[in-house]
Amino acid sequence: MRFYEYEARKIVELAGIPVTKYGFCTSAEEARKVAEEIGGPVVIKSQVLTGGRMKAGGVKFADTPEEAAQHAEEILKLEINGHMPRGVLVDPKAEVKQEYYASVVWDGTAKKPLMLFSDMGGIDIEEVAETHPDHVGKGHISNLLPVGDFEAKQVVAATGVTGSQLNRATPILARLARLFRDNDMTLAEINPLAELTDGSFVALDAHMEMENEAVGRQKKLLRKELQIAEDDTRETYEPSDFEKNVSAIDAADHRGVIQGKDHGFTGNLGLVIGAGGGSLTLTDAVRNQGGQPANYSEIGGNPSVAKACGLAKEVLEKDGVEKIAVMMSIVSNTRVDIVARGVIKACLELGKDPGETIAIFRIPGAWEDEGFKILEKYGVEYCDRSVSMWEAAGRAVSKIQGAPA
Amino acid sequence: MPEQLNKVFIDVEVDDSIRNDPAIAAKLEEVCPVDIFKDAGGTVEIVDENVDECVLCRLCIEASPPGTVHVKKLYDGTELA
Repeated sequence: MRFYEYEARKIVELAGIPVTKYGFCTSAEEARKVAEEIGGPVVIKSQVLTGGRMKAGGVKFADTPEEAAQHAEEILKLEINGHMPRGVLVDPKAEVKQEYYASVVWDGTAKKPLMLFSDMGGIDIEEVAETHPDHVGKGHISNLLPVGDFEAKQVVAATGVTGSQLNRATPILARLARLFRDNDMTLAEINPLAELTDGSFVALDAHMEMENEAVGRQKKLLRKELQIAEDDTRETYEPSDFEKNVSAIDAADHRGVIQGKDHGFTGNLGLVIGAGGGSLTLTDAVRNQGGQPANYSEIGGNPSVAKACGLAKEVLEKDGVEKIAVMMSIVSNTRVDIVARGVIKACLELGKDPGETIAIFRIPGAWEDEGFKILEKYGVEYCDRSVSMWEAAGRAVSKIQGAPA
Repeated sequence: MPEQLNKVFIDVEVDDSIRNDPAIAAKLEEVCPVDIFKDAGGTVEIVDENVDECVLCRLCIEASPPGTVHVKKLYDGTELA
């Protein structure tokens, strides 16, 4: 889940990290008032969940409250990359002595959070890491043990920062790390972290992303502190009818799990796939075999016949879908016979011949002998674990392309 | 909306001898994990839309007198014993 900058700033503030006196406004008049309260030059920033604000004219500087109001009015009407702003953030134009970079990201390879710090802030950290690797400090933290300030200090010191700058930056990075873990973030970034002319450090901009699965247990932060409504899911695009329907089918039945995505898919081979990373592997396998997937999906955890049927029907009813491939990766506890019943039922209910419509059925797992009896009865080509995912995907692609399997 | 098909893979029948037995009706409703049986005021009722959800667990067979509940696998013509 992504956050607007004004929300990310609030999260940082709640963690005890100093921020400038800022205000979130939804009208020009509010912006004028906030600019008056701040006093002095301010910066007006569009609040959109997309990048490229500066280039698009979504960030403007103002010397007076009147100018701030005028800029706010313009920015509030400005669409950036297809996004209309939720409001504007009015921020003092800080007197910066030096900009730093501080972040904590989830390291999927190490399966631990990774602290990053650089004394070259304000610019793209990937660029800094490539051109000035000695200016980027890194250090993992434990998923369970408390985060000690000394761990953050080592990361900051690795960039050559010493003295009072080291003492001031260290607790900020340590608090950012605690914030990251406490709030189930996948990214917590302050860029720039500014050292002002008076020697103090403040977060001038922040970027936060929360693990979607954690939204349910972070209600205090999301609903109480940030006032984010439950239906405000922050999807990067408007879900399609297919995605909404699959989601509704999943929500209506507690048995098993199904998910479906078709954003960016335009192919003719529908996929009913899943199990332990199988969906990604199988989608890639279909593509690399020259096939064109019509969707991405995940099915597992022992869904009911109705749920498997519901997913298969949604896939089959998508425009352009000619056949479906029903595949899973590893041997799992999901019952083969139940999924077989579901996908065959989907074909029958839509008036299609399962033997013609299901290009391949490859689900190794529980009750597969029973499943194979059902598949045989309806003339569906199936295979067991002795056929690789790659080969199964190839058979499905060959079938839909009219070539001999 | 396409028509929903029921009893495509499985069929379940109960003998007349237990159909109106309140104790068995209650027991069958209790044991079936996929709600195929409903206790309709002391009478065993089969919920058609759930029959294909049968997981072949045999709990209904064990909960009733021998030979009074029949679970048939329509795809291979056999019956759970």
